[in-house]
Amino acid sequence: MEQKKPTATAEKVIEIKGLFKSFGNYHVLKGVDLDLYKRENLVVLGKSGTGKSVLIKIVVGLLTPDQGEVKVLDQIVDQITYKDLLDLRLKVGFSFQNSALYDSMTIRENLEFPLVRNQRNLTKGEVNSAVEEMLDAVGLLQTINQMPSELSGGQRKRIGIARTLILRPEIMLYDEPTAGLDPITCLEINSLINEVQDRFHTSSIIITHDLTCAKAVGNRVAMLLDGKFERQGTFEEVFNTSDKRVKPFYDYNFIQ
Amino acid sequence: MGNKAESPVVLEDAVKGPGKLSRMFLTLYDVFQFIGRFFKEGFLPPYEGKELMKQCYDIGYRSLALISLTGFITGVVFTKQSRPSLAEFGATSWLPSLVGIALLRTLAPLLTSLIAAGKVGSSIGAELGSMRVTEQIDAMEVSATNPFKFLVTTRVLAATITIPILTFYTAMVGMLGALLNVSMSEGTSAKAFFQSSLESITFLDITASTVKAVIFGFTIGMVGCYQGYNSSKGTEGVGKAANSAVVIGMFLIFIEEVVSVQFFGLFRT
Repeated sequence: MEQKKPTATAEKVIEIKGLFKSFGNYHVLKGVDLDLYKRENLVVLGKSGTGKSVLIKIVVGLLTPDQGEVKVLDQIVDQITYKDLLDLRLKVGFSFQNSALYDSMTIRENLEFPLVRNQRNLTKGEVNSAVEEMLDAVGLLQTINQMPSELSGGQRKRIGIARTLILRPEIMLYDEPTAGLDPITCLEINSLINEVQDRFHTSSIIITHDLTCAKAVGNRVAMLLDGKFERQGTFEEVFNTSDKRVKPFYDYNFIQ
Repeated sequence: MGNKAESPVVLEDAVKGPGKLSRMFLTLYDVFQFIGRFFKEGFLPPYEGKELMKQCYDIGYRSLALISLTGFITGVVFTKQSRPSLAEFGATSWLPSLVGIALLRTLAPLLTSLIAAGKVGSSIGAELGSMRVTEQIDAMEVSATNPFKFLVTTRVLAATITIPILTFYTAMVGMLGALLNVSMSEGTSAKAFFQSSLESITFLDITASTVKAVIFGFTIGMVGCYQGYNSSKGTEGVGKAANSAVVIGMFLIFIEEVVSVQFFGLFRT
């Protein structure tokens, strides 16, 4: 599989400096430095429990850092007011690992929910067409009146992404987009991530431990090792190493 | 693999928090903050009117069958059990007023609230708990919406509005049960029964009953929402949230009943 050619610009949309986060005595992030450039797909790799999801939850303000600075679109996330944080969240989409669809609502209501609450001047017709356009973009318009429980795992992931995209974010954060899916559906999700980048001109951080996904969607790869990003670069640069903490990752995905 | 043995120790340390007393004060602080947030956000626009109506309907509908049955049986049984005592003094004619006062002052608010704490409180706790552990609440947060307003404010307000309505419904159904018993035993007419029972009910009784029902409703909604909204630890946490919503809700209702009886007693002397 061909790795994506970098399309990023030099403009930084996320700047993370010296980020620390602990839960009690469990130190997850130990001085993380990371930049995300405009229109770039950055893949963050790492073992389970190394703090990959914690990192993007800090970026979107769901968790607060113990130390360090997270600047998103020139705003320091933990220093802005709640109102400014809400405004910032309109520009940062978050796709959850388990999709986090509202299970008491239909797919239409799931997509309407953020839209009608953030753009109160929209007419019913405008809301309907926005919902239908977004479902069409992820290829699931036919599910519009279904409940989330009636959908497959892959469909739920797509709907989760559509619900995030309906607010037209500038940055997308994907938490394990291919976790728990079969290989064919993984490929579909990878294509969707690339389509999103091309069509909506988003910059994205993709959290995963699926190297096929990393190779397919990433312009750049960063590997979280012992609470820090010790290896960053293209896929080949990151994995062209004899580091015992990195090699098994590659071997498991491509040799076994 | 080398870290396998270390992980549980590290995680165990991570979850060790402050001491029991500090934890209690932290929880109390958290509860008051939660209540404060309700008052702060509940009355400010934008309003979630549609969701509020849906919750009112759900709470009423969910409890109606059980409340009807319990209210009716309580009316029948209370009348039947009270008759021998009154008969000793030749005062069975006082039965309608006794039943009316007992139902309106205490039985209806208490029964309705206890049933609602079981049916509604547990349901709210489980629903919000499940939404918390499946990250649905986080998903609302990150989509720049206010989950507290949509989930908590609407449910607490709905419980506060609906429980008083259900309380008067319970009292009415209980009176019908009592009427059935009295008319079968003494042949009292419905008109005479209601005339006698309503004569003894004062404005203070109605006010006290309404105020109590409002407080009980607020308690049920708030406890259910607090437990569910702050639940954690997966499915175990959801079960715990539902259970705590019922247990703590009922406990607080009894305490509030005792306090309110004392308080409204001051106006009766």
